[in-house]
Amino acid sequence: MHRHEKIWLTLSTAMIVGFFLIAGYQTFALEMGPPSHSETIDPQKVDEIEPFDEPGVYEVGENKYEVVMTLQIFSFTPNEIEIPAGSEVTFTMTSKDVTHGFQIAGTNVNAMVMPGYISKITQTFNEPGEYLVLCNEYCGAGHQMMSTTITVK
Amino acid sequence: MALAETIKTKANEAMGVNPLDAKISKSYFTVTFLALLIGGILGLVQGLNRAGLFELPSWLNYYQVLTAHGLLLILVFTAFFTIGYFYAGLSHTLGGLLPKVRKMVWIGFWMKIVGFVFAVVPIIMNEASVMYTFYPPMAASPWFYIGLVFIVLGVWMAAFGAFIQVANWRKNHKGQHLPILSFFATGVFVLLFFSSIPVAIEVFMIIPWAFGWMETINVMLSRTLFWAFGHTLVNIWYMTALSAWYVIIPKVIGGKRFSDTLTRVVVILLVVLNIPGGFHHQIIDPGISESVKYMHVFMSLAVGFPSLMTAYAMFSVFERTGRAKGAKGLFGFFKKLPWGDVRFLAPFIAMVAFIPAGAGGIVQTTNQLDQVVHNSLWIVGHFHLTLAMTVALTFFGVAYWLIPRLSGRVLTKKMNKIGVITTIIWTIGMSTMAIAMHLVGLLGSPRRTSYTTYGDNATALGWDPYLIFLAVGGTLLIVAVVMQVYNMFHLMFRAPKGEEEFPIGEEEENASKTPFWTERWSRTILIMLIIVAMAYVIPIVDFIGDPGSPPFKTW
Repeated sequence: MHRHEKIWLTLSTAMIVGFFLIAGYQTFALEMGPPSHSETIDPQKVDEIEPFDEPGVYEVGENKYEVVMTLQIFSFTPNEIEIPAGSEVTFTMTSKDVTHGFQIAGTNVNAMVMPGYISKITQTFNEPGEYLVLCNEYCGAGHQMMSTTITVK
Repeated sequence: MALAETIKTKANEAMGVNPLDAKISKSYFTVTFLALLIGGILGLVQGLNRAGLFELPSWLNYYQVLTAHGLLLILVFTAFFTIGYFYAGLSHTLGGLLPKVRKMVWIGFWMKIVGFVFAVVPIIMNEASVMYTFYPPMAASPWFYIGLVFIVLGVWMAAFGAFIQVANWRKNHKGQHLPILSFFATGVFVLLFFSSIPVAIEVFMIIPWAFGWMETINVMLSRTLFWAFGHTLVNIWYMTALSAWYVIIPKVIGGKRFSDTLTRVVVILLVVLNIPGGFHHQIIDPGISESVKYMHVFMSLAVGFPSLMTAYAMFSVFERTGRAKGAKGLFGFFKKLPWGDVRFLAPFIAMVAFIPAGAGGIVQTTNQLDQVVHNSLWIVGHFHLTLAMTVALTFFGVAYWLIPRLSGRVLTKKMNKIGVITTIIWTIGMSTMAIAMHLVGLLGSPRRTSYTTYGDNATALGWDPYLIFLAVGGTLLIVAVVMQVYNMFHLMFRAPKGEEEFPIGEEEENASKTPFWTERWSRTILIMLIIVAMAYVIPIVDFIGDPGSPPFKTW
């Protein structure tokens, strides 16, 4: 094997292993893993099952909030959420019909919300302002209208 | 080895093109380029709509257009080209197709056409606007899925035909290495067959549910089975492009192939490592643990390794060829490359496009980075670089000599020039679009969404300047599409008669002998199955018994 080829393959291997190790460090040491909650729910009875029988914004601690949310064509419940700046918000979500996506533009909040499963994702909102929330998985004819806002005061 | 290869090449040249075999490939290519034309027009419609310049008429739904665009270009265009090309390769390098094989690939052709009609009619009737990913619990008309079954069966016929052809050759040529182009074909058909098993299982779960005989369906299981197929499929098209890079391009530029051993190892690695790669489409899904997702980072990144080997191999061939022609200095060899030859230029641009495309792929498969771009237009930009640049331009580059060869015609200087212009317009259009998509995706603009400002939301309005470039790119692309399709049919029916070369690169004179273990496909397949099992047994067992969903029609 040519010397240059060896150098190239060594660098290639180092890069791939580097990506792998950094992803692992972030996931397990810094707890930055992707949303991976593993709880199931009967998608046909979401309205009757806690906590989704009462969707809303709940204060669960000092500067800590939980948003219990259902996604359905083509809306988010609750919508137009307001929270104080600096709060840590956990979104607990499920779908009442098809597969949806939950994305907050300008943040790294991005999770699939699927019927039969409960998704959880946490974000701390330090910057005040209005954040656009949108569905990023095609869910039907009105998919392009499925959005809401989070206002951080 | 070199002598045997020379004798074989001479024999093939003497025999020329088998007209029965040529007809097969030409029929496949006819479908390929009709799919490109229709799919391209639909692409323009979307680009214009997404830029906010064009409102669709009430009888045409954006998502209907998108479903058809995806199906035509990601499945029909690519599958028909791949089968037509590799069957031409099998016929050329293995001494003509067996009559039985010819019959099988024809049956496969018509099964795919029938399946395609079954799938397209519901799309036109707006009964199947579910995208080519058709995630349950969105439910299309059952006939859409029945169409997909026929398409899969048609692909299997082509795969089995290739296996019979290759097995027959091996029986008659004991102890010899399969010619390299047929080696690639074998790898591609092995992957096509095994990766379509999961999607076949998924569709067989869906059909009774779509008819209403089953009440619910397991959503995560279907999605996982889909992606075991879906990502492998696009990597198969990429592998088809690779075969032209390793085998055809060296001959076109007047050089020799890169190491035969390395080439075969790349094929084997791609076969073995590919199927688990699909999992990176599910990085932010619920119901899968962080540790399983982390294992899959490795599985997906592993595919990057053969690609990085390829990058070295290609530039090494360019350098050696250039130096053999008297190039001086560090980069002097670039001047010696045949830039005016479309058979080289189009695949070369395809390779260059794969540098950002491959880098983007590595980024996307890394969990935290994927979360930033998942389901955004970034992803759309990524697969337009991989499929619509890397794969499509390589296919075009091949078609410029293969179609005239099969048609008993030649690629004239004039057609070559038009081909070069077409390639340049395509490149400018696709780059414009793909770069804009990457950027606006990073800002959060979602994929698979018709034009919207989300009620004049300031953030969404900020994306509009980028989205204009989708229309600009799309407009340039439709020009290139029309030219490309014209070029192809001109070369098939109108170009001057003559004999065009089938350029197959030869090994270097002092090449070391390729180890024979590379020919043991049973072992390669066994290792592949073990890795697939490592990747999928845990999550799939986990999903079984999860609460199911009834069907929905939400469009």
